[in-house]
Amino acid sequence: MKPARQDIEIILEQYPRHPQHLINLLQDVQAEYSYISAEHLTLICDHVGVPVTQAWSVATFYKSFSLEPRGEHEIKVCLGTTCHLKGGQRLVEACERNLGVARGQTTDDLKFTLDTVKCVGACALAPVVMVDEDYLGEANMVILKKRLEQV
Amino acid sequence: MQRLTNTAELKVLRDNLLQAQDPHRPIVRVCRGPGCLAVGADKVSQAFQSAIQSQNLEVKVQPLVKDTGCHGFCSQGPLVNLAPANLCYVRVKPEDVEEIVQTTLVKGAVVERLLYSDNGTRYKSAADIPFYRMQQKIILQNIGVIDPLDIHDAIMAGAYHSLAKALIEMSPDDVIRTVEISGLRGRGGGGFPTGYKWKRTVENAQENPGPVYIIANGEEGDPGAFMDRAIMEGDPHAVIEGMAIGAYAMGVNQGFLYVRHEYPIAIRHLAAAIAQARALGLLGKNILGAGFDFDLQINRGAGAYVCGEETAIIASLEGRVGEPVTRPPYPSQQGLWGRPTVINNVETWANVPHIIDHGAQWYADLGAPRSTGTKIFSLVGKVKNTGLVEVPMGISLGALVEEIGGGVPGQGRFKAVQTGGPSGGIIPYELKEEFTDYHFHPPDVKPADKMELSVDFDSMAQTGSIMGGGGMIVMDDHDCVVDLARYFLRFLEEESCGKCLPCRLGLKGMLEFLNNFSQGKGAPADIDALESLGKALVDGSLCGLGRTAPNPVLTSIRYFRDEYLAHIVDHHCPAGVCRDLITYRIDPEICNGCTLCAQTCPQVCITGANQQLHTIDQDACIRCGACMDVCPVDAVVVD
Amino acid sequence: MSSSENPQNQVISFTIDGQPVQARPGWTILETARHYRIHIPTLCFHPALKPWGSCRLCVVEARYGKRGKVMPSCLNPPIEELEVFTDSERVLNVRRWVLEMLLAGCPASREIKKLAAAYGVTSTRFAVTDPEEECLRCGRCVAVCNEVVGVQALTFGSRGVKKVLETPYRVPNNACIGCGCCVSVCPTGALQKRLDTVRGDLSRRTGHGYAH
Repeated sequence: MKPARQDIEIILEQYPRHPQHLINLLQDVQAEYSYISAEHLTLICDHVGVPVTQAWSVATFYKSFSLEPRGEHEIKVCLGTTCHLKGGQRLVEACERNLGVARGQTTDDLKFTLDTVKCVGACALAPVVMVDEDYLGEANMVILKKRLEQV
Repeated sequence: MQRLTNTAELKVLRDNLLQAQDPHRPIVRVCRGPGCLAVGADKVSQAFQSAIQSQNLEVKVQPLVKDTGCHGFCSQGPLVNLAPANLCYVRVKPEDVEEIVQTTLVKGAVVERLLYSDNGTRYKSAADIPFYRMQQKIILQNIGVIDPLDIHDAIMAGAYHSLAKALIEMSPDDVIRTVEISGLRGRGGGGFPTGYKWKRTVENAQENPGPVYIIANGEEGDPGAFMDRAIMEGDPHAVIEGMAIGAYAMGVNQGFLYVRHEYPIAIRHLAAAIAQARALGLLGKNILGAGFDFDLQINRGAGAYVCGEETAIIASLEGRVGEPVTRPPYPSQQGLWGRPTVINNVETWANVPHIIDHGAQWYADLGAPRSTGTKIFSLVGKVKNTGLVEVPMGISLGALVEEIGGGVPGQGRFKAVQTGGPSGGIIPYELKEEFTDYHFHPPDVKPADKMELSVDFDSMAQTGSIMGGGGMIVMDDHDCVVDLARYFLRFLEEESCGKCLPCRLGLKGMLEFLNNFSQGKGAPADIDALESLGKALVDGSLCGLGRTAPNPVLTSIRYFRDEYLAHIVDHHCPAGVCRDLITYRIDPEICNGCTLCAQTCPQVCITGANQQLHTIDQDACIRCGACMDVCPVDAVVVD
Repeated sequence: MSSSENPQNQVISFTIDGQPVQARPGWTILETARHYRIHIPTLCFHPALKPWGSCRLCVVEARYGKRGKVMPSCLNPPIEELEVFTDSERVLNVRRWVLEMLLAGCPASREIKKLAAAYGVTSTRFAVTDPEEECLRCGRCVAVCNEVVGVQALTFGSRGVKKVLETPYRVPNNACIGCGCCVSVCPTGALQKRLDTVRGDLSRRTGHGYAH
């Protein structure tokens, strides 16, 4: 997470006022604030010129947007086909047990968000878990726990 | 950078750049493809940078370190290639870099232990390695060679030469005709004839004057497929040039690159490439002085597999949810903002410059008669050599898997190949039957036997699968087709847009059948019911996602009915995968009594004293596999 | 088929279940069938709204030469000499499965039970997750609010099996003017049941507008 947050106005200014930029804008706000607040959603709608119902349906349709704050660290268990064949499903369940959250959710202390992704392109190392930008290949709960302790 | 005002200046720039190159200068090309990045390629690259810059090396010419796109041989990463000897070092760690610098760069000798070896043979040159030797790299030829962040590198490799040729020597209609004659078919999986699509769009635009748009589909959603990612990250100018040529052919001024947001590196590289192209006057107004304006915009996806569908991309670009609409009208008639629009896959666009460069006949002679050219595949799964391969269409599946892929490793037996992702099917190793097809196809495509199946659009479709975008997953006898079919359905259930009933309800419905089967429940008649439900989705769904969703189920039933029956009637999973039908057991011959399993078991159902054999309570066991993961002696076996 | 292929704006002659019919220019197969009182079931179709094509119950099998294609009749115009079949095996297969799954997805709806019974579907083998559910996400309410009334008060959130009719932030939307059009186009009793979640308490309304 970056230390200083860009003012929402600066993000908005980078895009012309047209509906075609709705998703790009939502992506930028999501990246900057880790979620899309009601206030920001309204500002985005006004900027690109779509009704709030449309922005709502877009924000809830696409998986990359979150309406609640995400954790400081993102744990992504790959469930691509190769990772699935090599036990990705069991790994997700182990993570859910250990972190105490279901996939897609964030721990109460807002430290970790657990998610699944479909294919990070590292299939030779299946099953793969990503912790933020780091890849853990041939992962299992033991390896993951060690990595999380470092955080 | 000086803006180029005509095509002659482009040639001069290229010639000057090439002349300035020292052919003896050592170049270290570090692969930064996704597979290598995952095993620390960035650290290897940093190690090279600091080793070369910080020391005063005893060399005539300072070596150059280049970060490149995917070298393709992912199972052997991190990969490093050294020019001019074309030395291929595999599994390179940061700790090895110092030795490479001293031994190879300074002394010109080879570090033997870092060479790729197989069956006792060590291979020095990348060109000799069987994995590479059997491929035909056309689209991939620059990837792994050029620095994708340097347009000059791309230009030296030939980028924008075809655009210049098209602008000067060909009319827009010439370009379209060339693409038509080449036989290029869409590489995203649909296999629709590209030239015909372009032609129809131009005709529609003539009846209905106004802007025409082109879009590159970079929403590569199939899990396990990263062909488009490699192109966008490793050779972004190939896509830009292809689109510029297409824009010239169809009278387009604005193009869009729709890239899935899970590919931030691809987005960065494309953005940098576009900026550099604009600076050189290869994008923007009056390109190369030919009086033709064209520019590109990058739009990010947002995590929706369905946005790989044409009309869903359009909806997404218009700022709406990615819900497909019925076709007709096709995007070539009414696409983005109601205007004629051409959407082609990234790999399709990347083929265009080569077709213009070498001509339609050259391309038409490559590959198979009705599937011309080459195709990039992402070969993964239970196969020795995994990675990105480019082969001419018409190669046999056996050659792809056994000769390039190196066959199934370890004790596994080759069982099947899954192609086309969630929209594709499972093709067995032993394919003996005559085909009946689910779609209309020319009757002269012969059935194949034992992996002699030709890898081309029509032959794959005849098996009930599809060519797809290029994902090719090899399965062995420890992979269960019932489980795999179930996996794809769960994937699609999450990705369905939910607009039409057959797909929204039907995926859930099919999943209920498969959940039952994987638990050993149900009756043989349920298999027929599932097939019937599958056909309802094929006929009734609104878009390609729903229509092709039954493919994994229908092909697995067609070719592996016995495996389904084993689950349902015998309550047995032959591959040892389906959890409710297997048990984990600790082998008394191997167990050393370390108690690690008992400590890790979330159900606390493993008992045993220190140094004594441990046993699992089968009633409480949930088959989570934690014990298998921690056991240091692999004593946990699956029955 | 563009208008340039039909220069005199002639009627299009084709057949439905063997019966010769004629469509005026611009008519869809469904509109033609309704004109001739040939029954094709629908759920998401409404004459006041643009055809949406989500329920797929109106599918027919259209054969031209040897090729037969299953397509929604609400969205497709006919072409000359097309042979349309409203009850072919493929069509019935789609309808019956969709109706059986609807019985599980919307168990509380009388209308769906009746429609299903007409096609011989009286029970369902699929799991029922919500016994009170009646909404089949046909989209008519959203469409009427967007296209006809124009206030855009309600919408769909999420996607796939999680797709649900709701308002932004799941609180009553000030944009709603309480006209009741959504209730009147709803094919089941679904919207009736949840109208207050959209409209809120009328006595506390302060007016309406877009982004609030």
